Amino acid sequence: MNAATRQTESSTGFDVDTLRAEFPNLSRHVHGKPLVYLDNAATKHKPQPVIDAIDAFYRSGNSNVHRGMHALSEEATAAFEEARSSCAAFIGAADPREIVFTAGATDALNLVAHSLGGMTLKPGDRVLLTEMEHHSNIVPWQLIAERCGAEVIAAPVTDAGEIDLVAYEGLLDERVKIASMVAVSNTLGTVNPVPEMVRLAKNVGAATVIDATQAATVHPIDVAQIGCDFLTFTGHKLFGPTGVGVLWGRRELLNTMPPYKGGGEMITSVKLTGSTYAEAPMRFEAGTPNIAGAVGLGAAIEWFTRQDRDAMRAHERSLAQHGRERLAEVEGLRVLGESPTKAPIFSFVVDWAHPYDIGPILDRRGIAVRTGHHCTEPLMDRFGVPASVRASCAAYTTHAEIDALIDGLKKAKDMLG
Amino acid sequence: MSAPAVPTIDEIQDTFELLGDWEERFGYLIDLGKKLPAMPEEDRVEANRVHGCQASVWLKADLLEDQRLALKAASDAHIVNGLIAIMLSLFDGSTPAEARAIDAKAVVEKLGLSEHLSPTRRNGLWAMIERIKTLTANA
Repeated sequence: MNAATRQTESSTGFDVDTLRAEFPNLSRHVHGKPLVYLDNAATKHKPQPVIDAIDAFYRSGNSNVHRGMHALSEEATAAFEEARSSCAAFIGAADPREIVFTAGATDALNLVAHSLGGMTLKPGDRVLLTEMEHHSNIVPWQLIAERCGAEVIAAPVTDAGEIDLVAYEGLLDERVKIASMVAVSNTLGTVNPVPEMVRLAKNVGAATVIDATQAATVHPIDVAQIGCDFLTFTGHKLFGPTGVGVLWGRRELLNTMPPYKGGGEMITSVKLTGSTYAEAPMRFEAGTPNIAGAVGLGAAIEWFTRQDRDAMRAHERSLAQHGRERLAEVEGLRVLGESPTKAPIFSFVVDWAHPYDIGPILDRRGIAVRTGHHCTEPLMDRFGVPASVRASCAAYTTHAEIDALIDGLKKAKDMLG
Repeated sequence: MSAPAVPTIDEIQDTFELLGDWEERFGYLIDLGKKLPAMPEEDRVEANRVHGCQASVWLKADLLEDQRLALKAASDAHIVNGLIAIMLSLFDGSTPAEARAIDAKAVVEKLGLSEHLSPTRRNGLWAMIERIKTLTANA
């Protein structure tokens, strides 16, 4: 890292080198080059305390939860429920019983779509999405809408990659029973005005669902302030493990919703003539949960909330600014989404090659980016491109890494252009 | 008969051996792709699409009067066009029986291409080979 870069980073008051030292994977090499990891919107690396928590659970804790009358089971149950409380506190939820552990955000969105959607939607009803949703916030709604005779509609995105709020309001009428929206776009980095969108949806009596998968690390989340009915986030994009996520829902709503999966743990009584179901969250947690995952997620939240998040955000804003400036230097490059408040997630296309040509050239230089449609095909269609390259930053990303990306792109231009 | 723009597989193999590092090999692949004979727009239709690759790939095989395969293929990605050129050098102009006997995966391994291709890209290449085999099985 050169002196100029170091100065830029220190000007935000954020010590990125100290942060990076907590992430063992960030010091590895790829194809003999230092790893430049710019695929953070896909998954983030894990700090040592998260790795330690998962290791310790299996090494000296491991037991099933909520059933064994023995010390290990009680310890595991306590750790699992403590993680649930950490998740509740992280999003400003009053009651840990409103936190349902899921396998991730996709699982959570399927749960709410099938359970809430199945009980709510009638023929002619509508589910309102946006054009910038991830497939996981589109397909579950299509599946349930088809079964119920309902319709899925999407609010348009402007050329700048922002929600067209006027159009959003225009689509809201009494037919819209559910409005589900992404808080921060995984493809564009756009930070949506979610409290305003929720307020508009509430005006027509729609239930509101927030996909906070990317947002979890971008800005503080407070479900009371947002005013939504459901919100989901996933562990692995929050510096935690894969295979675990959260669905938060208002308790009075969760307890009226039918179970989505059946099995052990979720019942009060099972007779072969019929069963009665436990209250939330157990109602939605059939089977042995991902206990180590929840413990790891709890550790990730504890680690993340211990950081100076204001300084982190200032650093991420400086990355967004630096990325915007440096990408503008690359000939024939177009960034998708130019919202001034966007998170440092850059999707771009070039007029001299396919994204698929760029990925491997960058990879050989140790630079990890994603190419493709990023599970947002309707958004790609909106921008008229089949695919893009996506470089996405995390708090541990440095300005020098963005500079390495630009050097890699110029090299790719030499080879392909 | 091979299109003149595509070298023979032996020429490609020799060149690959000469080129030491990944950058030169990628450069050569890109070059091969750029010299690929153009595929007419009317052949770039869904029926000719090969799925399994992030880039779009179209592949068409016709059986000429002399019972030899005439392959046309194209992609919207340069590197994939390079891989297509290698496939054409292997299969174009062969009889269906000859095509069925070609072990394309072994050639890809021998070229050392596997180490340069991510698993998803390899899948795309295998899908292309499967498509050629399927087309020749019906020929």
